[in-house]
Formats: sequence, structure tokens, C-alpha cells
Amino acid sequence: MQTETGKEKLREAILTAIDKNAKLSARDLSVMLGFTEEEVAAAVAEMEADSVICGYPTLIDWDKTDRERVTALIEVKVTPQRGQGFDKIAERIYKFDEVESVYLMSGGFDLTVIIDGKSMREVANFVSGKLAPMEAVLSTATHFVLKKYKEHGITLTGEVEDERMLITP
Amino acid sequence: MRNPLSRTVTEIQPSGIRKFFDIVTEMKDAISLGVGEPDFETPWHIREEGIYSLEKGKTHYTSNSGLKELKEEICHYLKRRFQLDYQPAKEVIVTVGGSEAIDIGLRAMLDPGDEVLIPQPSYVSYLPCVTLAGGKPVVIELKAENDFKLTRQEVLDAVTDRTKVLIMPFPNNPTGSIMTREELREIVEVVLEKDIFVISDEIYSELTYGSRHVSIAEFPGMKERTIVINGFSKSYAMTGWRLGYAVGPEEIIEQMVKIHQFAIMCAPTTSQYAAVEALRSGDGDVAMMCEAYDGRRRFLVRALRDMGLECFEPFGAFYVFPCIKRTGMTSEEFANRLLSEEKLAVVPGTAFGSCGEGFLRISYAYSIENLKIALERMERFVRKYTAE
Repeated sequence: MQTETGKEKLREAILTAIDKNAKLSARDLSVMLGFTEEEVAAAVAEMEADSVICGYPTLIDWDKTDRERVTALIEVKVTPQRGQGFDKIAERIYKFDEVESVYLMSGGFDLTVIIDGKSMREVANFVSGKLAPMEAVLSTATHFVLKKYKEHGITLTGEVEDERMLITP
Repeated sequence: MRNPLSRTVTEIQPSGIRKFFDIVTEMKDAISLGVGEPDFETPWHIREEGIYSLEKGKTHYTSNSGLKELKEEICHYLKRRFQLDYQPAKEVIVTVGGSEAIDIGLRAMLDPGDEVLIPQPSYVSYLPCVTLAGGKPVVIELKAENDFKLTRQEVLDAVTDRTKVLIMPFPNNPTGSIMTREELREIVEVVLEKDIFVISDEIYSELTYGSRHVSIAEFPGMKERTIVINGFSKSYAMTGWRLGYAVGPEEIIEQMVKIHQFAIMCAPTTSQYAAVEALRSGDGDVAMMCEAYDGRRRFLVRALRDMGLECFEPFGAFYVFPCIKRTGMTSEEFANRLLSEEKLAVVPGTAFGSCGEGFLRISYAYSIENLKIALERMERFVRKYTAE
């Protein structure tokens, strides 16, 4: 029987491990963390149910593929709505499929909207056709990403070679 | 022409690791679990501090015993992590890796014929350093049934009137064994009773799993007779920076500084500036790396046991030391064949002393993915030779 603190520790340890490597199986995790496979599987299932774990996407460097992808970061200024603050307008924006991320910001503008599109034109169409005309949107400033160096703590540029000698004392 | 060489030096056996290294480098696309250094790169904020020091023109000698700031940080650190009290001005010397500290520590303490107790299996340099310092190495063969820990009786059996120094190599390379407070207490009693000194090589002190490392210098009466050796290589993944240190009684450190000043002058300045940053804000990096090693450690122990190899659970460093006797091969035979048949390099236990016969040192300074690939090969190999 696990104690509450033990359970919390396990949950945190699982999250730390899979944050960088979602491919670790429940069996691998159980061995690495010193719990049973059942305990790990149960903790993962619980965190999935609670939406602590919201998904397992893959980090892909599309620049190394033939597929054309354009990422844009859009600064959006909006008028918050009575009773609903920014949430309602954020929802109207994030429901679009092409929207990758939406963050509410402090500082000079209100929302950061990150768009993934097939082409610059697609992104432009989205901004001019969908985003900018929204009633609550006061202004937008679109910045295209030129090159991605690092995402989710992982460097995308080049391979990391093991520089060590094969045998050392 | 006369023989240009010193007899003392030519009689020293080359490191068993070196021999094996030469074989491994001949082998194309071999993979290895034979490395004795972290797979992590030095954390960027530490590297950046080194770079910054170069930009600022910190390219000169430092004082012989090391940068004042660094010695102060070392003392804070030892106090914070291991309850050790040392004075930065007189009781610390910054060295070129822990290795130099071992060498000059022995040279500062030994007269011809003085005996030094060296528990083995252990790091390869203690024995030759004792010989080079004119001392007489006396090997204590640690036993698998004690999880390769040093016992009171083993020390008592080896001590003579000429014994001057006991080397304490824990957390241990190659076995991963550690000494708990209770186990150390028994050793301390003998050390005090027999009036011997201790060189405690604590380079892996940050890498213990399940309990914090205890320094033998912490015991009453021990600070006066112990040199504690530590460094940045393992805890902060800084092997290439070549930076270590020793702390101990003023009179010994003073003599070590004398040797160091004539042989080395001072440890690399860039490394010393980087090390200040490591001690000031590197605790988080150490914790992160230690946690990663811990997961791999459990993974590796389980995998080795699953393939039928006896393997005690090591609680320190980043090595496991499985027994391969049931394959009927010697350590060297096993390592050589594993290399030629599966292209996997591990280090034979005998590289760390003849009592390492029947064991292998396997390092887990590798990612889980790499460990998995290597362990598949190892398992195939072990199954093949233990099938009948």
C-alpha cells in the first residue's frame, strides 16, 4: 500500500523521466524508479485521467524532411470581455486547427498565438481572414520563425557525438 | 650507452586498462560500457564562466594553492554537504584533478619503506603512486561477500609497525561500493588505535544513491590525520578541465603545496574560475545528474540479474561490478571475447587488482537507449556461454 507522499514522489519521478523521453515503457520506468510495474501503470493512468499528462506528441524537426512547414508567432492585442476576461476570446482562437499554442501574456500585448501552416500564404490567410477580423481583436503582429534551434529542452541542430574515449579508468 | 631509465619506473606495471584500451581502439564500430567519466557535458553556466574568465583576460597563474575564491567556495561546499570544517587559507590545495592530489599527498607523507594499505579492487593509480613515492604498497583484497566494503578485521590483518597510510577509496571505482557511517566507525577505531593516517578519495561523493555520502574525516580525531581528496570531474561532469582538490591538516597541505609548486605551479586558471561557478550554483546540476544515474543503475542491475549474473547492488559512483564466474571465463577472457564477438567493450575486474578476477566493471554513464543496445549484446553473449 502506497502512502500519499510515496505516491506523489512516484508521480513526480515519472513526469521528470517522461518529460524528456515519452518512449520509456511502464516496465522500464518501474525498474528505473524502484516501483512495481503496476504502480507505475496506475500512476500514469491516473495522471492521464486527471489531464496532468495531456498527450505524447513527438518532437520533429520538419526542416530535415521534404515537407514544407511555416511557423509564426503572432502577438495579439484584444479587448477582454465582461465576465469572461480573456478566456472566451482565447478559446475562439485556439479552436482553430492551425493554432499550435496560445498563451496569455503579461506586458505589451495580451495573447501569443503560435501557428503552424503549410505556407506563408496559409498563415497570412489565417491572420487576415480569421484572426484580425474578430471583434475583440484590436491588433496583430505576425513574426515568422526562420530557424528552430532548440525545442522542449532538446537541441535540433546537428547530432551530438560521444566524444569520450571508449575505455577510461 | 647507459640505461636511461629509472628501475623504479620501468618495474611499474602499465595499467591493465591501458592494455585493454589498445585492443578496443583497434576494433571498428565497437560500443562501450567501459568509460570512467560522465556522459553529460559540463553544464553550460559553468562552461560559460570559464569562457568569460578568458574574455576578461584571466590567463595568468593563480597562487600555488589555488584561487582564493575557489578555496573559500570549496570550504563552504564541504561544510554544506559533508559537515567538514576547513580553513581556506591553510588547509586546502587545488590540484590538477584528484589524481595529482593522490600523488602529492602520498609523496608528502611517505618515507622509504613506509607501508600504505590499499584496498582493492580500486582505482588504478594508488599502487604506482605509492611506489613512486618510495613507499611499499600493501594490498587488502576486498571480498564480494562483503559487497567489497572494507572491514575492521581486514585492516587489522594488514597493519604492521611500518603502516603509515590507509587509502579509503569510497564510493568505489570499480565496484560502486560505499561505506556507511557505522561501517566507517569500525575502521576509524582501528586507525586511531594504530596511529595511521588516511587518504580518503571521495571523488564520487556526490554520486550515492539512497543515502548521503559520509566522509571519514567527519569522525572525532580523524580530521587531524586525514587528507580528503575530491574534485569536479565526476560531480559536475568536468573531467577534461582537470581540477581537483585536497583538504587536510595544515602541516600536510603545506608540504603538498611545496611539491605542487615545483611540479605544477598551479592548477589551470580557466578551470578554477569555472569551478567557482560550479560550487556556487551547481547543486541543481548535481541533483539532476545523480537522479539520472540512479535510474540507469537500477536498470542495469536488474538487466544483469535477469541474464543470470550475480550482481550486488552498488550504492555509489556509476559502476556495477557483476560476477561472471558462472560463464567459466576469466575476466579478461570474457572482456576480450565480448569485444570480438559482440563488439561491446567492458573493463575486466582484474584491471583494478587481481582480486577483481571473475568480475567486470560496467559503467552506466550512458543513456538508457545506449544501455539497452549494449545489454542486448551482453545478454546474447552470456546466454551463449551459460546455455548448458
